Amino acid sequence: MSSITLTASASANAARRGNLLGRRLLIFGAWLAFVLFLLLPLLVVLGEALKQGLGTFFGAIFEADAISALKLTLLAVGISLPLNLLFGVCAAWCVSKYQFRGKSILVTLIDLPFSVSPVIAGLVYVLLFGAQGFFGEWLQEHDIQIVFALPAIVLATLFVTVPFVARELIPLMQEQGTQEEEAARLLGASGWQMFWHVTLPNIQWALIYGVVLCSARAMGEFGAVSVVSGHIRGYTNTLPLHVEILYNEYNHVAAFSVASLLLLLALLILLLKQWSESRINRLKASAGEE
Amino acid sequence: MSIRRFALAALASALIAGPLAAAETLLNVSYDPTRELYSEFNAAFNKHWQAQGHDPVTIQQSHGGSGKQARAVIDGLRADVVTLALAGDIDELHRLGKLIPENWQERLPQSSTPYTSTIVFLVRKGNPQGIKDWDDLVKPGVNVITPNPKTSGGARWNFLAAWAYAQQKYGSEAKAQEFVAKLYKNVPVLDTGARGSTITFVNNQIGDVLLAWENEAFLALKEQGGDNFEIVAPSLSILAEPPVAVVDKNVDKKGTRKVAEAYLDYLYSDEGQRLAAKHFYRPRNEAIAGEFAKQFPALKLVTIDRDFDGWKTAQPKFFDDGGVFDQIYQAQ
Repeated sequence: MSSITLTASASANAARRGNLLGRRLLIFGAWLAFVLFLLLPLLVVLGEALKQGLGTFFGAIFEADAISALKLTLLAVGISLPLNLLFGVCAAWCVSKYQFRGKSILVTLIDLPFSVSPVIAGLVYVLLFGAQGFFGEWLQEHDIQIVFALPAIVLATLFVTVPFVARELIPLMQEQGTQEEEAARLLGASGWQMFWHVTLPNIQWALIYGVVLCSARAMGEFGAVSVVSGHIRGYTNTLPLHVEILYNEYNHVAAFSVASLLLLLALLILLLKQWSESRINRLKASAGEE
Repeated sequence: MSIRRFALAALASALIAGPLAAAETLLNVSYDPTRELYSEFNAAFNKHWQAQGHDPVTIQQSHGGSGKQARAVIDGLRADVVTLALAGDIDELHRLGKLIPENWQERLPQSSTPYTSTIVFLVRKGNPQGIKDWDDLVKPGVNVITPNPKTSGGARWNFLAAWAYAQQKYGSEAKAQEFVAKLYKNVPVLDTGARGSTITFVNNQIGDVLLAWENEAFLALKEQGGDNFEIVAPSLSILAEPPVAVVDKNVDKKGTRKVAEAYLDYLYSDEGQRLAAKHFYRPRNEAIAGEFAKQFPALKLVTIDRDFDGWKTAQPKFFDDGGVFDQIYQAQ
């Protein structure tokens, strides 16, 4: 397999040598797009945030409303992530290891949150759980608050992040097939043993990647959460909503400071992914040496 | 800590934190431009409330387009008090949500409107387009910024002010509709709330003139410095009367009626009225209005009750589905 790739890429290289200019242009274009559309906006955010010095920057980040927005955001991620992990693994397992009726419908439905506008996702929860909604009367009688409170914020976050883990796992697990699991069962492994020792090591990469994407999206979600949040300052505002509020209050420096806090969290997640990747690699390498 | 235990702990803390936080808090659901007013008023009220021997109360604020905010309260946002842009939005709390009695507006002085405002024009420094009055807004090539009347209270006052001007000047409703249709042809973006429109005009530098609450225009001048913008007062405008109300169903459930009523009463106190004036709302108290007379230009003002037969007539006629505003936009 690898030798085939090598010869293929060698012949491709030979073909490309004649077209050096085109290659350089392409690379230059890629870099230009990267700098213009990714790096520059990030630098602008940081620049605006630090315009009035570090004091104002940290002042905005450690302000009580910003801290509560940060807590709420992390809480929403903390609740929705494990649930998505569970759902993602279960869904991917069902789809890739079993044959059943309605399988293609299930696969399509998993992708639904990608195609539905987040605003609609938010509105759906208002229609279901709002005071005028489907369950509204019952919820009010029992004094349960879902919309404009934490539960709806978590539900909205869940809705928009549901596909990430499953989408990462399904193609991988389908490709891997069921042979290794079948072998484990034949050798006498229990269901859990098979999952922990055979399935999980096979999918850990995709799993980690799905989790990273999922938490990044959960932290940044604006539309769906905005609809169900109620925008109560210091209580139901997540970080992205807090950024908008600050911006609307002529408080640009604070808005960009909190935005760069979000950015920092995103970078942290990427680092975490990098770290876990290298750790897994090292484990694999040492296992290979033995 | 395992993932499962973390999730359980998070869920538990969320469940415990919910009811505890609700015990001694007051939620004021307001419209867009009142952010600065209420952040100062809430501190003043808390001081007054504690001076009367009560425990301090945590006052939460939520801001957004007035119609959108009313909708959220109807859908279950547990506001103790609403301080919205116009009576029509609070009427909906009765009509759709049965949250307040129909006669809510009779419960506080001045039809429950402790302060007023009006609609003025904000233009760029030097007034390059020479905008003096409503007629200048329908000229071709003039870009007018105003929010969406479907979601914003200020936008509905803007619309009615333009309508009143045209009806008085050109004499008929048909002419007025023609005039307003022409005006909205000059509007490149409709934001959902007044603050969104202000940001569009002031920060994003879009448009030649912003139709704004007087208080919002003054605030923009104050925040952005007077070097970039100036206020133009049209020959005729509308007396905008933003009302306030206690949301009966919510305060009775939460047991916060006493503090909610005291909160709204305090808007009518001397301190409340002065704070309103400080944030560029016209106070109802005439003595205090006199203290700030220099701040506000004298304007010829029509009123919603006298000239439009109240919001109960104006809202369905102009802004509900199929109303004049929809007709204008469908025609375009």
